[in-house]
Amino acid sequence: MSNLFNSMIAWVDKRFPLTSNWKAHLSEYYAPKNFNFWYYFGSLALLVLVNQLITGIFLTMNYKPDASLAFSSVEYIMRDVEYGWLIRYMHSTGASMFFVVVYLHMFRGMIYGSYRKPRELLWLVGMGIFFILMSLAFTGYILPWGQMSYWGAQVIVSMFGAIPVVGDTLQQWLLGDFTLSDAALNRFFAYHVVTLPILLVVLVFVHILALHETGSNNPDGIEIKTNKNPKTGIPVDGIPFHPYYTVKDIVGVVVFLIVFCGIIFFAPEMGGYFLEYNNFIPANTLQTPDHIAPVWYFTPYYSMLRAVTVNFLGIDAKLWGVILMAGSVVIFCFLPWLDRSPVKSIRYKGSYFKVALTLFVISFFVLGWLGTKSPTPMYTLLAQIFTVIYFAFFILMPWYSKIDKVKPEPKRLMKE
Amino acid sequence: MKKIISNAIVFVFCLASFKLFAAESAIPLDKAPVDITDNASLQRGAESFVSYCLTCHGASFMRYNRHRDIGLSNEEILSKLVHTGQKVGGLMQSAMRKKEGEEWFGVIPPDLSVIARSRGADWLYSYLRAFYRDDATATGWNNLVFDRAAMPHVLYELQGEQKLITKASDKGEQKTLSLEKPGELTSVEYDKFVGDLVNYLVYLGEPHANSRKELGLMVMAFLFGMLILSYVLKREYWKDIH
Repeated sequence: MSNLFNSMIAWVDKRFPLTSNWKAHLSEYYAPKNFNFWYYFGSLALLVLVNQLITGIFLTMNYKPDASLAFSSVEYIMRDVEYGWLIRYMHSTGASMFFVVVYLHMFRGMIYGSYRKPRELLWLVGMGIFFILMSLAFTGYILPWGQMSYWGAQVIVSMFGAIPVVGDTLQQWLLGDFTLSDAALNRFFAYHVVTLPILLVVLVFVHILALHETGSNNPDGIEIKTNKNPKTGIPVDGIPFHPYYTVKDIVGVVVFLIVFCGIIFFAPEMGGYFLEYNNFIPANTLQTPDHIAPVWYFTPYYSMLRAVTVNFLGIDAKLWGVILMAGSVVIFCFLPWLDRSPVKSIRYKGSYFKVALTLFVISFFVLGWLGTKSPTPMYTLLAQIFTVIYFAFFILMPWYSKIDKVKPEPKRLMKE
Repeated sequence: MKKIISNAIVFVFCLASFKLFAAESAIPLDKAPVDITDNASLQRGAESFVSYCLTCHGASFMRYNRHRDIGLSNEEILSKLVHTGQKVGGLMQSAMRKKEGEEWFGVIPPDLSVIARSRGADWLYSYLRAFYRDDATATGWNNLVFDRAAMPHVLYELQGEQKLITKASDKGEQKTLSLEKPGELTSVEYDKFVGDLVNYLVYLGEPHANSRKELGLMVMAFLFGMLILSYVLKREYWKDIH
């Protein structure tokens, strides 16, 4: 039996690099042995991606991208399709959990300096994934054609209209019409189920290739490849990804599934955060809801969009809002060059970085919370203050990371 | 680090416990007695819904035969719920045409299939008990929860007629309702009637909710079993890593 198996593998290996790839990416890919809690979210993001792809395919079998049918087709999926409710909740919960997992994955990169040399490109590809993910979330949220789908999309689309000179034309080109209508729903459906998923899968593949070229960073932020066993050429602090991290990640997957299924089966609306109450009302083009807010994962940026209330430097307040909102996401791309600290990991960074990061996290949460509220003068002021703190984290980083008092990095990985 | 993580988890759950953008109302809402496992209540609610609501509103994402969920047989469904000559697998559509609704009420009465998911049970429970006489409106009725609602008080024969009483107090104007003309039901009976109806609307919004939770328990039991197995497996592999 094992002979037959071996000869089959040999047959394949002559025609396809199966064993060599298995070794290069799993059984002989050496990862640092001190991965902690924060290192589960990469594999979990992959799991959620697969969940979205599979449940998404089943949803398209019954969903109708038609402004007069979309809302009811979603309800028929919930009621008349066998386990349609489960497929839909898996997809809607998956969308939010994708952002939970990706935000934690990005935060891991920020605390352990995973974006630093030689992983700049890995970080940039990751940012590309994040942009595609945001586009997927936006185009997907429109599809149920509820009140929030419609009016939320209206706000986002009108942002393109704020761009000088080409704004109006760009907006019409995106919508395929002068207003948000059936034409837009159809093209957003096409982007959501074809264009963007293909781009996402390709970028995830490139992300993993780039990771396996440089090797993984770790909570100590030191390179395990600089200390190899002279005989074997294997990093002394490295362990093969398979079986060690495959079995460890399975534990992470099960814990994640407990949370994920807990939401799907016992709180699919998640108190109105994952499925908004207003989105159970069919889109009404003539009736603007009292309060428009995006889904939770976009609320920090939405707060910044609304934070600018006056025109200055000859630029319209609305355009400033759009610039800030776009800037607040794009600015992550510059992290590898903004961070001038001699060490990578927060474990050896000084108090300046720790304070800055804490303020950044607080501002992200406060802006997120403000984004769910109707604006009042007090809230707008708060949003302005925290927008400044948010940007200061990045803009002042070259300065505070350089003068920060750091601790010396160890030569070998430290025990957890 | 563990402390940060546990604090973060507590924070997220606190956040999730706030209901987001649930329908806002000027007056405090009463708690609706919702129990979607109570089939007797759901059946009473279903009959009231068909008699009083379905004339103008549709529940057009719901099929009649789905009511087997709440313990009715096809024959019972046909005799108790289907008054329009439809088949048992038909959708619960309104008897009224949309155009007529618009002419009579100024708006098309909304479909009620998922109304409990957008408005919330407490809002519906309070709304259906908060109608009062108001000669200034076209229908002669107004509502304390939903000012100038286009809907007249369809249940007034049961509840009777309420009157608005406005009192000035330290906290500003306080509005209460008092029963002027009693209806066929006492106020306790009427509250129970509306309670059953709202309970049914909650069921109608998500008919699979009970089976969702039942399946969820089995999935959770399986996952906790998996957790033990996967942890033991991990520990076995990792015992030689220091």
